Amino acid sequence: AAGMFLRLLSDVQWRAANPKWRRMTSSQRSTSTTAEAAPVYLPAQAQVVICGGGITGTSVAYHLSKMGWKDVVLLEQGRLAAGTTRFCAGIVSTARPVSIERKMAHYSNKLYQQLEQETGVPTGYTKTGSLSLAQTQDRLISLKRIASSLNVMGIPCEIITPKQAVQLHPLINIHDLVGAMYVPEDALVTSANVSLALATAASRNGVQIHERTSVSHVTVQKGRVTGVETDRGRIQCQYFVNCAGQWAYELGHSGEEPVHIPLHACEHFYLLTHPLTEPLPSSLPTVVDPDGRIYIRNWQGGILSGGFEKNPKPLFTEGRNQLEIQNLQEDWDHFGPLLSALLRRMPGLEALQILQLVNCPESFTPDMRCIMGESPTARGYFVLAGMNSAGISYGGGAGKYLAEWMVNGYPSDNVWPLDLKRFGTLQSSRTFLRHRVMEVMPLMCDLKVPRWDFQTGRQLRTSPLYDRLDAQGARWMEKHGFERVKYFVPPGKDLLDLDHSKTFYKPDWFDIVGAEVKCCKEAVCVIDMSSFTKFEISSTGDQALESLQYLFSNDLDVPVGHVVHTGMLNEKGGYENDCSIARLSKRSFFMISPTDQQVHCWAWLKNRLPDDSNLTLEDVTWKYTALNLIGPRAVDVLSELSYAPMTAEHFPSLFCKEMSVGYANGIRVMSITHTGEPGFVLYIPIEYALHVYNEVMNMGQKYGIRNAGYYALRSLRIEKFFAFWGQDLNAFTTPMECGREFQVKLDKGIEFVGQEALLEQKQNGVYKRFTMFILEDHDTDMDLWPWWGEPIFRNGRYVGKTTSSAYSYTLERHVCLGFVHNFDEKTGEEQVVTTDFINQGEYEIDIAGQRFQAKAKLYPFSSLFTQRRRKDEVELSGYQRE
Amino acid sequence: FYLTPPQVNSILKANEYSFKVPEFDGKNISSVLGFDSNQLPANAPIEDRRSAATCLQTRGMLLGVFDGHAGCACAQAVSERLFYYIAVSLLPHETLLEIENAVESGRALLPILQWHKHPNDYFSKEASKLYFNSLRTYWQELIDLNSGETTDVREALINAFKRLDNDISLEAQVGDPNSFLNYLVLRVAFSGATACVAHVDGVDLHIANTGDSRAMLGVQEEDGSWSAVNLSYDHNAQNEHEVERVKMEHPKSEEKNLVKQDRLLGLLMPFRAFGDVKFKWSIELQKRVIESGPDQLNDNEYTKFIPPNYFTPPYLTAEPEVIHHKLRPQDKFLVLATDGLWETMHRQDVARIVGEYLTGVHHQQPIAVGGYKVTLGQMHGLLTERRARISSVFEDQNAATHLIRHAVGNNEFGTVDHERLSKMLSLPEELARMYRDDITIIVVQFNSHVI
Repeated sequence: AAGMFLRLLSDVQWRAANPKWRRMTSSQRSTSTTAEAAPVYLPAQAQVVICGGGITGTSVAYHLSKMGWKDVVLLEQGRLAAGTTRFCAGIVSTARPVSIERKMAHYSNKLYQQLEQETGVPTGYTKTGSLSLAQTQDRLISLKRIASSLNVMGIPCEIITPKQAVQLHPLINIHDLVGAMYVPEDALVTSANVSLALATAASRNGVQIHERTSVSHVTVQKGRVTGVETDRGRIQCQYFVNCAGQWAYELGHSGEEPVHIPLHACEHFYLLTHPLTEPLPSSLPTVVDPDGRIYIRNWQGGILSGGFEKNPKPLFTEGRNQLEIQNLQEDWDHFGPLLSALLRRMPGLEALQILQLVNCPESFTPDMRCIMGESPTARGYFVLAGMNSAGISYGGGAGKYLAEWMVNGYPSDNVWPLDLKRFGTLQSSRTFLRHRVMEVMPLMCDLKVPRWDFQTGRQLRTSPLYDRLDAQGARWMEKHGFERVKYFVPPGKDLLDLDHSKTFYKPDWFDIVGAEVKCCKEAVCVIDMSSFTKFEISSTGDQALESLQYLFSNDLDVPVGHVVHTGMLNEKGGYENDCSIARLSKRSFFMISPTDQQVHCWAWLKNRLPDDSNLTLEDVTWKYTALNLIGPRAVDVLSELSYAPMTAEHFPSLFCKEMSVGYANGIRVMSITHTGEPGFVLYIPIEYALHVYNEVMNMGQKYGIRNAGYYALRSLRIEKFFAFWGQDLNAFTTPMECGREFQVKLDKGIEFVGQEALLEQKQNGVYKRFTMFILEDHDTDMDLWPWWGEPIFRNGRYVGKTTSSAYSYTLERHVCLGFVHNFDEKTGEEQVVTTDFINQGEYEIDIAGQRFQAKAKLYPFSSLFTQRRRKDEVELSGYQRE
Repeated sequence: FYLTPPQVNSILKANEYSFKVPEFDGKNISSVLGFDSNQLPANAPIEDRRSAATCLQTRGMLLGVFDGHAGCACAQAVSERLFYYIAVSLLPHETLLEIENAVESGRALLPILQWHKHPNDYFSKEASKLYFNSLRTYWQELIDLNSGETTDVREALINAFKRLDNDISLEAQVGDPNSFLNYLVLRVAFSGATACVAHVDGVDLHIANTGDSRAMLGVQEEDGSWSAVNLSYDHNAQNEHEVERVKMEHPKSEEKNLVKQDRLLGLLMPFRAFGDVKFKWSIELQKRVIESGPDQLNDNEYTKFIPPNYFTPPYLTAEPEVIHHKLRPQDKFLVLATDGLWETMHRQDVARIVGEYLTGVHHQQPIAVGGYKVTLGQMHGLLTERRARISSVFEDQNAATHLIRHAVGNNEFGTVDHERLSKMLSLPEELARMYRDDITIIVVQFNSHVI
């Protein structure tokens, strides 16, 4: 009944606010029962067709039209804002753990605030603030981390005591609370009306909106969108935007060339009550009790309360299904635990009368972040969906970023964490999605400690050595579906249960990883790095070299057998990818990129390589097992196994050679380790993997060889100031900004992507600098550990955030990496960052509200390097040359 | 003192067993999905037995419960042997020949049955040779008799029951040079057992029943509710036809002595049974066998005691009554259980409890607030109570265990009362038999997809 009421209310307002529209919408409604053809015909063509009239679709339409793209058609299968958006709880909250999500929510809040004034449509916007409660110390730490981040964004936010909380919301029971976070500017809206307001503004700007029009599929020719087929005819278009919410997956799969949009719907319940005897004031803050898994907002004098239960009910696994839609009813038994949590938080509500339990499906994604961006296979096919029940909070900002992406070629901020291309076909299995969303939905409320891993959808991609490593005590994490070793638990020593390692403090694997690091430094370790993305580019003539010279910033015209570290840059000089490329022959190259680049890098190259049948690009990731031999004795192990001299004189750093190891021939050996330590990576055709591994381990015994995992690798690379793409580097960071000018050959004689931008930076200086921080007064045993995303302060003023951190077992200190900006004191504008600016400052890192002194360095400690290198190149991010 | 819920569970679950028919290609093509079985002793040791096996040379599955009396020897023997007799009765002539030739030439035997046994369900090793020889004699006779006709399941079941009872009787008369075996065969013959056996082959379900155990079909009606259909008749004094039958088989002069206090000759509750030679042999034969038997037998007052008014034996038969039923899609499960269950629960309740358990739905109407005035507090109380009621469902992974929990622990409202359950299970051995009988249950779940 409440749903109907909301609907009626919005109808009335819709018509009143939008006289231009009344005729069309009312006539459509009156004819809908007799199923006659709608009176308004679809246009035959448009620049952009958006599918979906919910908050995301209307937001994209609004922003596109604002940016000057007016030839836009928005299609909605039912009525505007009638799907998930209508049922949405309407909470706009910036208290989000991921930086880009905070930015989107912040923008949404500002947008909705002025929307009523802009459009005349009442949006119900009320600035109520929000209270996030902590029942445990760990929860409070996670809130403090968010508070630190909000504060440096200029969003008011404070950590308060339970007593202060009860002053803000008198109904809260505080006996089990340890603290709370108050964000005074968070707001409430009537979500359907926000969507209608956005639609109103968009249509005034020229966007055509057609309700009751279903898209059956999108047509793609030669990798480009050409049009959409609807139940009311075809529209030719250059761009298509899939904003179909929980139907986005199906719509993506409906065309001939499937677009994989990994999301899955779950039922979501919330409760509406009658007003209290003394109706609740509409200014009362929204309460989020993550430990109780619930949220509570005021609603028409009563409350609206929902939550994220531990045992979610996924639905539409087999696609849209009329039976399941009809069965979407109130399930009180399922809601029981949340009701208990509500009455525990607000015992005074016992006598409050129930109005309705609303069942409103929401779509969730495999990693709890929304999905945005262009399809890797169909150009012009954009997606914005999978809002993980935060559609209203993100809708405005996400719509803006996507519109910028379409209009300008890239959004104004780094949206890689949300990019559709972080997923591939492998996350598209319905079984995987069903299992994963059942884990993800409860996670919305679970505590997010550093280095947590998903438990479902695992063991999908594994190295052939998986069982061997597992039997030796490997503990696993997952990246892009691939199982990677974190560390090896030594025999006889078992870690306490998983919960114990869930800590913001020193983790229980500290000594284990320490031993692995020590072995890398003093003897030799093996790390299975098979997950890295591996491409081969070859041609009959010089096409491969020419193309790569254009697409990569370093000079790839090196002698055969050389390995080059280089960025794959965009026009602004930012890193689209950071990779190592080995020249296998005159005309073929072997390229190694981070694991999660498999889809993105492929699409980037495919879209930019000339359409030439003599030039081939092949994904050979699955063909090779990669073993990284790290340590001073790696050279001894390898030379004994190959009967070939492996010393620096014969095999200098950054070389690549095919050789035999044990009985196996054709092993690609490269003298890189991705850590700055001496050693080699062996790229082994998978059928030889077990043999080579066994040989290496047997031969290595006398040199003290042992297995190691990624945690050791991380500690090693961070103490050496190595930046990793995806963590430290992204499309908004350039080689100049992270001390990698030596990997850019501005004078290589061939124009390359990003060259102009880099030249300008070289002349005018950079606006941020990648810097290494050594924590000074940080007690590893007692203090909170840094993770990433911690604010950096210079002389007491905010200058940037960390991007990664690790404990350096060599320095016996924590090392954080991050970017330092120079914001103008008055205007906040970014200014040039010079070496002096970095060096002449007192730095502090803020970990959950506590500041630690840090020493800034632009170059790694030279004492950490003992390796002999090839003269003209170093495997470093710094300028450390001999 | 009370047993804690985990203690109660460990008692209830000690004998539970589940079998799932293996799937091929992700599909189960058998009409049986699997079965759950369990037993709860009241006697020490328990006198009930159960068996389940898949016929390997013919199609079909055999399941049975056996309620022993005057000791467990007969029930044990029948639980080990009866399915072999049935399987052999069902075998075509060529297979019998093949088996006989294999035995003759010392080759490996075709396996006849695949047993599905709980570890506590034992086979007596010592008697296996003896049992085998009797069985072999049976199939040799079947080979000689070769009728050339296809085997009728009803006939096979009746023949197998009668033949086994006959062999039990003969073995006791002949005796065995081994003194242990000699005592064993006598104990088997002088104790008794009822048997209720199901043979499922596709949609053909046959129930062969001897005695007062019972087979019941669980049927789901169109509205989702559950009803029970009996697939066996109890052979006891409550069954008029059975009383009539017994009277027909004996002279008019004995009529008033045949059934006294609802018992056969005033002694025996079931009117049909295996063993119990005291009700089958002539007085002379009984005396001869007992006198020549071992001392333990002589010292046993029960065996020596001749029933009163014993003039025209046999008074008892092991011949089963066979009911054939063609399975329908609405037939969801079959419950085979000894009288220990049926004494405490009505079949309608059994059908409902098992049905709701198997479908995973506690047939409670979902709550709808509708136009009613319900407060959050009231709703909370209601949900808490429902959860408590449902929780007993989730404690069990086995339908038979779930049924036993209800049979023993149900209060007057039809819900499991932990206090009562705890009391019933903590009764001392000597008292237990006064409050309840041994309970043995097999719940067979049918595969609606192929029916």
